[in-house]
Amino acid sequence: MTAALRLEDLSKTFPLGRRLFGPERPGVRAVHPISLEVAPGETLGIVGESGCGKSTLARMLVGLLEPTTGTIEIEGAALDNADPAVFGKRIQYVFQDPISSLNPRKTIRQIMDAPLKLLHGMDRAARAKRISEIFDMVSLREDFLDRYPHEFSGGQAQRIGIARALAAEARILILDEPVSALDVSVQAQVLNLLAELKAELGLTYLFISHDLAVVEAVSDRIAVLYFGSLVELGRAEDVFRAPRHPYTKLLADSAPVVGRPLTAPEARETELPDPLNPPTGCAFRARCPYATERCAKEVPRLETGGAGQAAACFHPLNGG
Amino acid sequence: MRAFLGLLARNRLALAGLIVMALVVFFALITPLLPLPDPDVTNTSNRFVPPFSEGALLGTDHLGRDLLSRLMWGTRLSLAVGFAAALIAATIGAAIGIIAGYYGGRTDNIIMRGVDMLMAFPYILLALAIVAALGPGLLNALIAVAAVNIPFFARNIRGITVGIANKEFVDAARLSGMSDARIILTEILPNVIPVIVIAMSTTVGWMILETAGLSFLGLGSQPPQADLGSMLGEARSALITNPHTSIVPGMMILVIVMAINLLGDGVRDALDPRLKSGALNRPLPATLVARDRKPVEPKREGILTLTDLETQFRVKDRVYRAVGGVTLGVRPGECLGIIGESGSGKSVTALSVMGLVASPPGIVTGGSVHLEGEDLIGAPYRRLRTLRGRKVAYIFQDPLATLHPLYRIGDQLIEAISAHRAISGAEGRAKAIELLEAVRIPNAASRIDNYPHELSGGMRQRVGIAMALANDPEVIIADEPTTALDVTVQAQILSLLDDLRRERGLAIVFITHDFGVVGQLCDRVAVMYAGRIVEEGPTRDILDTPRHPYTARLMACVPELGGGRRRLEAIPGLPPAVNDLPPGCAFAERCTRVQPDCRKGDIALEPSGARAVRCLHPVPEQEAAE
Repeated sequence: MTAALRLEDLSKTFPLGRRLFGPERPGVRAVHPISLEVAPGETLGIVGESGCGKSTLARMLVGLLEPTTGTIEIEGAALDNADPAVFGKRIQYVFQDPISSLNPRKTIRQIMDAPLKLLHGMDRAARAKRISEIFDMVSLREDFLDRYPHEFSGGQAQRIGIARALAAEARILILDEPVSALDVSVQAQVLNLLAELKAELGLTYLFISHDLAVVEAVSDRIAVLYFGSLVELGRAEDVFRAPRHPYTKLLADSAPVVGRPLTAPEARETELPDPLNPPTGCAFRARCPYATERCAKEVPRLETGGAGQAAACFHPLNGG
Repeated sequence: MRAFLGLLARNRLALAGLIVMALVVFFALITPLLPLPDPDVTNTSNRFVPPFSEGALLGTDHLGRDLLSRLMWGTRLSLAVGFAAALIAATIGAAIGIIAGYYGGRTDNIIMRGVDMLMAFPYILLALAIVAALGPGLLNALIAVAAVNIPFFARNIRGITVGIANKEFVDAARLSGMSDARIILTEILPNVIPVIVIAMSTTVGWMILETAGLSFLGLGSQPPQADLGSMLGEARSALITNPHTSIVPGMMILVIVMAINLLGDGVRDALDPRLKSGALNRPLPATLVARDRKPVEPKREGILTLTDLETQFRVKDRVYRAVGGVTLGVRPGECLGIIGESGSGKSVTALSVMGLVASPPGIVTGGSVHLEGEDLIGAPYRRLRTLRGRKVAYIFQDPLATLHPLYRIGDQLIEAISAHRAISGAEGRAKAIELLEAVRIPNAASRIDNYPHELSGGMRQRVGIAMALANDPEVIIADEPTTALDVTVQAQILSLLDDLRRERGLAIVFITHDFGVVGQLCDRVAVMYAGRIVEEGPTRDILDTPRHPYTARLMACVPELGGGRRRLEAIPGLPPAVNDLPPGCAFAERCTRVQPDCRKGDIALEPSGARAVRCLHPVPEQEAAE
């Protein structure tokens, strides 16, 4: 079966600009080469802390950023065209901040019309029909269409954002922190809506979030990013229950859980790695209790362990 | 549009400017229809007739031409040239600015360096050079004035465009298949137009002056054609002997430019979204108090108690009951959690304690806040100031916004201390280092000289906590202090707060929306919904057996780590708006246990043992425990 989405050595380096004198500065590596496959109908969760490169990765996948190296393949066909309109029909994006992803000076109808007209060339009648179908799917009322974005609550605006992504009829949706700007009661509504749409339309999701519990609740598999690298990849029910990479364990131990006593999993204050002056070897070694000399010399590669759970670590935990 | 005119009319000076400008424009428009003598016919026998003479209301000039007629025709011409120049400069400048700002990179660099070069010349020299190259004449003066003003518009608009081009809705438009040209026209331009209008309204007056200046030098309108500048220029030689010939056009220029500038400022204030939201209204130093009832005695024990506290926001004719009667108490060494969704009133409750709710529009309308037995609501500002930070300190969500970016963190800490007691420089520094060590900042002695931007988010929040601790307060109110932080950093900050309260016997009021955080840190918890507490009690009891349906539903819809893949129990609908609360239970609309009596009258917070619940049909205990 061909993968819905396949990344091969995808990476991004941001140039720092030239110096007036002296050698050219090396860029900031926001994403180290990542190879991933997402099966059709799967939800792949991507977790990581701020600055780990998860949004850069997402923006490359939809063509808003050009990758420095690597290729993206969607349903077996390579995408090397940097024109977002070409991407638009095959892969779509749902933004973190629902209000700021809607132009404040356009009505919802104008916003919904754009992808239908420009990507699918529908005429007015066909557009109206399609919009009412989509609005029905995301349970929005049609009288919202002639209002402006500021009249909506965060949850409604995010439904509109999802509706716009659906209008492009892409089979793959990149969900970039789609619920982190929403209140918990509304967050659950949107997460359930996403689950229903996926079942109904056979969509494939890449779900990016910093909230471990949310990612675990919606994903089939989870990829953990640290400092631009993929450090662990495994089944959602296993990754946090039985982490193999020490960083994943640190994340899981840090999440506040009712009934677990409050202890700082990292007792001493540790400095996070500096992207301008990246450490050699494993980026996590300064925070890692198991770090050895080898970790400072070599960069660990992602290797699959016993239960099909891959970790980029020389001293993986046993799990379980 | 009506709202815009309303805002404009609120500004008296702008309204005066508008009326004067409307009159001037009206007369300029009807000038050809008025029975005026020909402005260009000379009559040298009738030179320098003084104003208010027979047949010449404003007198005549050195060639005996009627000044009133020349003034009217001249104003017409000056206005037309000024507006045309502003329109041309705005159109070309905005186009350049939008292209530079949207494409960025090399395009931006080349265009803006060109604009910089234009700006490097003194504007009058540039205008003179353009007129010298093109030859004198009104049209060439117009071109010169427009060209000289293009850089101003280009820079202004470019700055705004850069901000808009990086907004998410532009990315979304790109993914909807829009081309660059379409994005510029339909996404960027509508958002830039208000700025263009503001820039134009503030520069039209300036352009009329510049045109008049060129005409004054004889480079603009050519005789005998009158415009305001050339009238002044011709009258110059008779300035002492016949001042009226200079005063008439001079006054007109003054009136026009004053009116346009007043109007322009009004337009800017009415259109600028930052000013519209009241950013220029400086809030009072303490929240206004309008208690119509007597202050109530505390009902709870503790160092800090809130009793039936009510805070409202009054915006025009709407009343938002943000806090609708909150009763709480926190004891020394205790951590009280307040949990609720956005808009539930939890932050306003916290800010009301020390009178920090922005007024206007915020008003405390009832209840009392007792700190060690003293009622703080309605306390004089000086008293509040001695208590703020000294007895009750706050920690806010975003440390980057609460720390001053231009001062070293050490200086900010010392300032926090010296606000309450005199302290020498060396002593202050030693105390600041001690504070940074207390919040476990490594190398405190060297970190003290860092600026906020040199620290990571977690480190900055530690500085925020250190600042709260600076004067050994008894109570710390922490408003979502870890929401902006990563989980690993959050865990560190929470355990730090927990240590501090045990070491120092601090009372902590911890506001959050996260049950996990409450469960780990707080001894007791109060759940807020639509401005009121719906359930309160020891954390363990509430989390194990939530009695209020809202608490139970809210907990059910938060995924918990380790729960695996599942469908979440969402709460349908939205919380009610606090300016339109239903009678009875505010949650009734979304509740599955609702009965007709829930919607009838006010429901009391019914205590039972250590807990209390505001519900007529609470979840039975056996069911809640499941």
